[in-house]
Amino acid sequence: MSEAQLDAPKVVQRSSANLTFRRLMRDPASLLAAVFILALVAFAIGAPWFAGWTGHDAIEQYRDTGLSPVGLPVGPNHEFLLGADQLGRDVLVRIAYGARISLAVGVAAALAASFIGVTIGMTAGYFGGWIDTVLGRLMDLVMSVPFLLCALALVSVFGPSLWLSICVIVFFSWTTIGRVIRAETASLARRDFVQASRSLGAGNLSIMLRDILPNLSVPIIIYTTMMIPNSIVFEATLSFLGLGIVPPTPSWGGMLAEAGANSIYLVAWWLVLFPGLALLGSTLAFNILGDGLRDALDPKGRRVKRRRKPAKPVTEG
Amino acid sequence: MPLLEARNISIRIPTEDGILHAARNVSFTVEAGSLFGIAGESGSGKSVLTQAIMGLLPGVEIEGECLFEGRDLLKMTPAELRALRGARIGMVFQDPLSSLHPYYTIGRQITEVIHAHEKVSNTEARARAAEMLEKVGIKDAAARLDDYPHQFSGGMRQRVMIAMALVLRPSLIIADEPTTALDVTVQAQIVALLDEMRRELGITVIMITHDLGLMASVADKVMIMYGGTRLEIGPAKGLFAAPAHPYTFGLLRASPAAARQGTELYSIPGRPPSLLARPKACIFAPRCAQVQPICQIEAPPNRAYACGTEALCHFEARIDRADTAPAQPARKPPTDRLLSVQDVALTYTMSSGFGAKRQLDVLKGITLEVARGETLGLVGESGCGKSTLARVIAGLVPATRGKVDFDGIDVGALTPKAWRDMRRRVQLVFQDPFGSLNPRRRVGAIIGEPFRIHGLAKGEARKNEVRRLMELVGLNPEHYNRFPSEFSGGQRQRIGIARALALNPDLVIFDEPVSALDVSIQAQILNLMQELQQKLGLTYLFISHDLSVVRHMCDRIAVMNAGRIIEMDATEQIFQHPQQDYTRTLLDASHVPPVPVQAQPRELLRLEQGAA
Repeated sequence: MSEAQLDAPKVVQRSSANLTFRRLMRDPASLLAAVFILALVAFAIGAPWFAGWTGHDAIEQYRDTGLSPVGLPVGPNHEFLLGADQLGRDVLVRIAYGARISLAVGVAAALAASFIGVTIGMTAGYFGGWIDTVLGRLMDLVMSVPFLLCALALVSVFGPSLWLSICVIVFFSWTTIGRVIRAETASLARRDFVQASRSLGAGNLSIMLRDILPNLSVPIIIYTTMMIPNSIVFEATLSFLGLGIVPPTPSWGGMLAEAGANSIYLVAWWLVLFPGLALLGSTLAFNILGDGLRDALDPKGRRVKRRRKPAKPVTEG
Repeated sequence: MPLLEARNISIRIPTEDGILHAARNVSFTVEAGSLFGIAGESGSGKSVLTQAIMGLLPGVEIEGECLFEGRDLLKMTPAELRALRGARIGMVFQDPLSSLHPYYTIGRQITEVIHAHEKVSNTEARARAAEMLEKVGIKDAAARLDDYPHQFSGGMRQRVMIAMALVLRPSLIIADEPTTALDVTVQAQIVALLDEMRRELGITVIMITHDLGLMASVADKVMIMYGGTRLEIGPAKGLFAAPAHPYTFGLLRASPAAARQGTELYSIPGRPPSLLARPKACIFAPRCAQVQPICQIEAPPNRAYACGTEALCHFEARIDRADTAPAQPARKPPTDRLLSVQDVALTYTMSSGFGAKRQLDVLKGITLEVARGETLGLVGESGCGKSTLARVIAGLVPATRGKVDFDGIDVGALTPKAWRDMRRRVQLVFQDPFGSLNPRRRVGAIIGEPFRIHGLAKGEARKNEVRRLMELVGLNPEHYNRFPSEFSGGQRQRIGIARALALNPDLVIFDEPVSALDVSIQAQILNLMQELQQKLGLTYLFISHDLSVVRHMCDRIAVMNAGRIIEMDATEQIFQHPQQDYTRTLLDASHVPPVPVQAQPRELLRLEQGAA
């Protein structure tokens, strides 16, 4: 045996955060998605900078430069990098400001929905019995309400606004995570360590917050990440239908709606393509990242690739 | 010619943490018609070895050669191996509950094996399946072919698994911990069945188990594995009577059966090695009682003795009578009564939708008393209600009828506040060291939890208390900030004990505290429990299915069966003069590993260097 092989390699105990990070880094798709999301956030934060750089405001109409003599919007050129819309507004600047709305709505709605879902799901799963039955039926009820009809009715009563759209999105998206958390909690509540805490005299709230909640962190992270793109699409849908963000505030769904409204997209493809790409790219990125996180955070799914070069034999002889 | 001959098998499994050396240079031969045993602690590579040979572990790197009926299994294509598995080599797995498909009838599952390898009509296949089921002891087999797995008990299911493995009359059966998931009485039947099948049908059996007692009762030849290395191999009789390797010797000595009641058990210090880091020298050296300077430096040679035993060691194992722990002074006789349970019954009512309510009696009138300072053992098979009784006594589950009286307090009639105070006096230690600790909390927080809940010690004071407890149970107090996953099974059980002792309880209920641990670790924990009992004057209620452990630990034993205590007496009385048939069955079914003795000087045939 050679000396090098005999010398035992040092065993590195890696923390779970470290392991998760390493696994995430090994997955090019999630890495790309994470980079895209970071870029998107920078894009949204830097929206005023884009406005200053191009010299165009998000809602001002540049009828002299943005529209052709016949009144049609100009395509992408050196002044309007992504073209101008039918009112002569800069599409690039509007997409940047729209990203702010989309991200804000997406993240806020996802966080609020997961907070409600986790609270209700944990209560139902931990206590069981009639509480579980009541909360479970409540979730069924919410799931069976038609989303668009309800949104239409609410908007016609209260009028469209940013807050109303967030509320509608939250109301319709907490049930998914609620069910997942309910099932997880129900199985965790039967585990020995919960029994051990109970036998030490811990109260229900203490068990739920200290023993069960930390063990739910993985599904909470995954489902919240997955809920962000859904909320973004929800918001875009609402805006597309004129029920969300009030014009002239830019939003991706609203931009698509305006492009479609008077068939202007037939002559100005950039009005559909760029907001559409932004929407597609961000939802895809969040979904891929959510998937990647699920794989990386799952201790059971440790995929280990076979090494490419064959191992050296352990012994000679 | 041997049926199976493995030469220098090395297995490496690439994982995220590095390469796992699951086996290194393991060689063995299995003679046709014999029962070959592979024994070792968990993580010793015994299951991986057989599964890798059978081609059941894709993705591992395996070297060496393994001749089965003259052909090298490791050079076969997956298709050839598939044809071999089931037809020539049958396999029986540990858990009969999960290795049968719940959606198909057992008849269909057995005939599927036949159809996969032979072209026969369905009628003929069914006839053969029924015949084999009859052989493995399933009555009225032809009628039961159309039953589903859930209609059989655990032992019956394992019989079905054996029938499935045998139905094509293979020449070799590999049984991987075939009895571990079963009750003691059923274990004995299954092992007897395997032995009988081997004699009747001339089948060779490779049995993998961690249970040395079981192994000693049936095996012809035994291989002892440790950390992926073959430490000793030889004929079972000689090996168990006079082991040539210090590890085998230590394992046998560590069994509670080898020590007198009340004395300290011999234990192997330390913990099993990590398979990631292979030491250059002897893998067992860090834990070896007979370690010499050379063991830490040089790889040990393989010593082959004239009696057929081969051991991987620099020396021959010696028996030092001197290191046997002196018998401790007899415990003072128990005085006053601490716990009294009177006619406790527990009935679950199951409402099934619209149907009539069904009642399930888990406990049917239990009466027992525990004196302060004594250890009462509660013995019974799974499902007899012993764990439920523990929870009723601890006050976690209310009894339907009867009274639990703890030091003058009626446990069933406590106010919530009194119930919380009661928690400080009765504590539970759970069976599963992996499930009973919250994986997301640090050890310091887990052990400090009782102080937090009861508002007893804060900040630095709590930290000091936790350190003191960690010291008390033999953990390094510097590991305060670690997560449970960074500890081994035995260390986790120590954490569980530390948590239970935090509030100075009077009564500690141990629910199968060592059944998930390996023998060498088990001895350490049992010693710790005895030491703590003497130091702190604790009263123990000890629940177990392992009779030798109970015999070693307990002053009195209560035997439970189907929700009743059928016999309760002093330990030796139960073991020497059992009154009930059931107790006798239990006693007969338990296999105790033989106590090793010093052999006459052996004749050394040869020394093989570089065998590790």
